[in-house]
Amino acid sequence: MNRALLRNPIALGVFALVLLILAASTFAIVPETRQAVVLRFQQPVRTINEYRPNEVFGQTGAGLTARVPFIDRLVWVDKRVLDVELDNQPVLSTDQTRLEVDAYARFRIVDPLKAVISTGSTSVTEQRVQDQLKPLFSSSLRNELGKRPFAALLSPERTQVMGNIRAGLQKLASQYGVQIVDVRIKHADLPSGTPFDSALNRMRTARQQQALTIKAQGQQTAQIIQAQADAKAAQIYADAFNKDPDFYDFYRAMQSYRYTFAQDAKGQTSLVLSPDNAYLKEFQGRR
Amino acid sequence: MRLPLFFARTHPYKGFMTILSGWFQRLSILAADNKGPWGSGSGSDNGGGDSGGPRNPWAQPPGGKPRGTTPGPSALDEFLKRARGGGGGSGGGGGRPRIPGAPSAGQLWVIAVGILLVAWIALTSFHSIGPQERGVVTVLGRYSETLEPGIRFTLPAPFVEVAKVDVAAINTDTFPDDSSAVTAGKDTDKLMLTSDQNIVDLDYSVRWQIANPQDFAFQIARPRETLRATAQSAMRAVVATATLDEAIGAGRTAMEVKVQQAMQEILDRYNAGIRIQGVAIKGAQAPAQVADAFKEVSAAQQQAQSDISRARGYAQQVLAKAQGEAAAFDVIYAQYKLAPEVTRRRMYYDTMEQVLSKSDKTIIESPGVVPYLPLPGMRRVPSAPSPVVAAPQTPGVAQ
Repeated sequence: MNRALLRNPIALGVFALVLLILAASTFAIVPETRQAVVLRFQQPVRTINEYRPNEVFGQTGAGLTARVPFIDRLVWVDKRVLDVELDNQPVLSTDQTRLEVDAYARFRIVDPLKAVISTGSTSVTEQRVQDQLKPLFSSSLRNELGKRPFAALLSPERTQVMGNIRAGLQKLASQYGVQIVDVRIKHADLPSGTPFDSALNRMRTARQQQALTIKAQGQQTAQIIQAQADAKAAQIYADAFNKDPDFYDFYRAMQSYRYTFAQDAKGQTSLVLSPDNAYLKEFQGRR
Repeated sequence: MRLPLFFARTHPYKGFMTILSGWFQRLSILAADNKGPWGSGSGSDNGGGDSGGPRNPWAQPPGGKPRGTTPGPSALDEFLKRARGGGGGSGGGGGRPRIPGAPSAGQLWVIAVGILLVAWIALTSFHSIGPQERGVVTVLGRYSETLEPGIRFTLPAPFVEVAKVDVAAINTDTFPDDSSAVTAGKDTDKLMLTSDQNIVDLDYSVRWQIANPQDFAFQIARPRETLRATAQSAMRAVVATATLDEAIGAGRTAMEVKVQQAMQEILDRYNAGIRIQGVAIKGAQAPAQVADAFKEVSAAQQQAQSDISRARGYAQQVLAKAQGEAAAFDVIYAQYKLAPEVTRRRMYYDTMEQVLSKSDKTIIESPGVVPYLPLPGMRRVPSAPSPVVAAPQTPGVAQ
C-alpha cells in the first residue's frame, strides 16, 4: 500500500468498506438471550452459547465470536423460556362433559443443534418449533384430559394432570431439542351455549332452593320460640295459680269484669240487673 | 417548502429567485395551481428580478410559457458557489462571509470527527442510574455486571450495552385486563369454575416486582405475558379447589395467599426474576346471570332473621306478662290468705262498684218480665251483639 493509494480517497473508502464487510461477516455478538449453531457449508460444526442448566450469567458462552467469513453461517435460536399457547381446545372428559381448555406450555430449547436440524435450519427456528409443538401439545392435552372425569380438573388432582401432560409432551418434544419447563391449564371452562347456561341454571335453582330452605327454617325456628314461650308462660301461670284454684277463679273473674265492662272498653255497656243479684242483695234490705 | 417561499418573499434577489423559480417550475404540485398563495403575481414581489424570467412562477400556467433566459443548472451552480462562500454571484452580500484564516478541509474533518467521538462517548458511556433502577451491563453481548444507582461509566456503545431495569417499582396487573378493550368485555376471563362446579366471577390484581434484573432480562422471552398466564393459571387452580361459598365469602384471604405462593413457585421454576408481592381479590361474586337468585338467598336470610327476632320479641312479651301476672297474683294471694272472707267481699264490691258506676243500669223487679226493646241504654249500640248480661245469681260467693 503506497502513499498514492492512501491519498486516493475513493480507494481508501473502498478498502474501508471491504474491511467492514469482512469484519461483519467474521465477528458476531452473541447475546445472553440467544444461542447459535454454526453451519459450515450447511454442515453443523458447533454451537455457541448453548443452554446449560444452572449457568451463571457472565460465564456463559455469550460474547464476541468469530467464524470463517462467507463459509460459516450462524443460525440463531432463542435461549430464553418460550411459550406455546393453546386456546379454546374442546375436550371431552370421561363423564361426557364438554370442556373448553386454554393451556400453555413453557419450554426452552436446550439442544439448539437438534432444534435447528429438525426444523430445517431457518432463521425462525423458535417459530417452527412452536408450530411443531402445538399439535403435539394439543394431542397430549386431550389424551390426558380424556382419561379423566370432569371433576378431576376441579380438584388438587389438577396438578397431577398437568404433570402428566408435561411428561407426555416432553417425550414427543425431545426430538426438537426442547425441554418442557412447565405445562399449565389456564382455563378449563364449560363452553358457552347450552352447557354454560345449564350450569348457571343449576346454580340458580340451587340458590332458590337454598332461599326457600332458609325461609322455612326461619319460620320453623320462630314458631318453636313462640311455642316455647307460651309453654313457659303457662307453666308460670300454673305454678302461681295452682296455690289456690278457687281464689284464682274469683280473682280472674274480677279482673275480667273490670276489663270487659270498663268505660274505655269498646262499646257502651248496659246492664239489666235482677234484684236477686248478689250485688243488690243489700239493696232490698235484709229480709 | 415553507421556508423557501418565505425567503422568496422577504429577500428577493436575483440569485435565489431564479433558482426558486426554476425549482418551482419543476415541482408539478404547485404548478398545477394557477394562483400563488398570495394571489396572482404582480411582479413587485420579484423586486429586481431579471425581466426575461418568469416574474411569478405561480402566475404562469405550467409550461405555458417558455422558461425564458434563466436556465436552472446555471443558477444552481451560482447558488452552490455562494454557499461555499465564493461570493461569485451578482447579488451583493448574499453569500456567507469567508472567515479569514479558517481551517482547511482536512482540519475540518478532524474537528468534526473529534466532536462526533466526544458526543458518542458522552452519550453512551455515562449512565445515570436512578435510585430505583439497576443497569444490566452486557459487554459484546455477554453479561458483565449490574450497575447500582448513581452516575456510572462504561465503555461506549456498541461494545457495551446497558439496559435499565426498574427494581423498586411495584407493578400491578389486573385481571381481567381493563387496559385492553378487547378482553374487557370477555366474560371468560373472569368466570371460573369452583370445586362444586359452580361459576364464580372474580376480579383480582397481582402486585409484582423485579427481584433479579439479569434473570428478568435474559431468562424469559415475554416476562409480562408469562406473569399474566401464570397468574391466571394459579388463580384458576386455586379456585378449582375452593367451593363457591368460600370463593365469595370467607375463603378469600386464604385463596390470595395460595395464589401468591403458587405463582411464586411457578415463576421460580422459570427463573423469571420476578417476586410476587401480593395477590388481591378485588371482587368475587356470582355471575351476573344468577345474581338475582343470590339476592333471593340473602333476602331469605334477612326474612328468616326477622321472623326469628319477631318470635323472640313475642316470647319476651308473653313471658314478662306471665311473670308479672303471677307475681301480682302471689302478692294478692298472700293478703287474701290473711283474711279470706273479707278480702273476697271487698274485692267483689270494689269491682262491681267500678263496673256498675260506669254502665247504664236497668233493674227489673220481676224475673218474669221481659223488657221491651229498645231499652234506653241499648240505642247506642244497635248492631252489637246484645250486651245484656245475665245477672249472676250468686257471683263468686260460692261458699
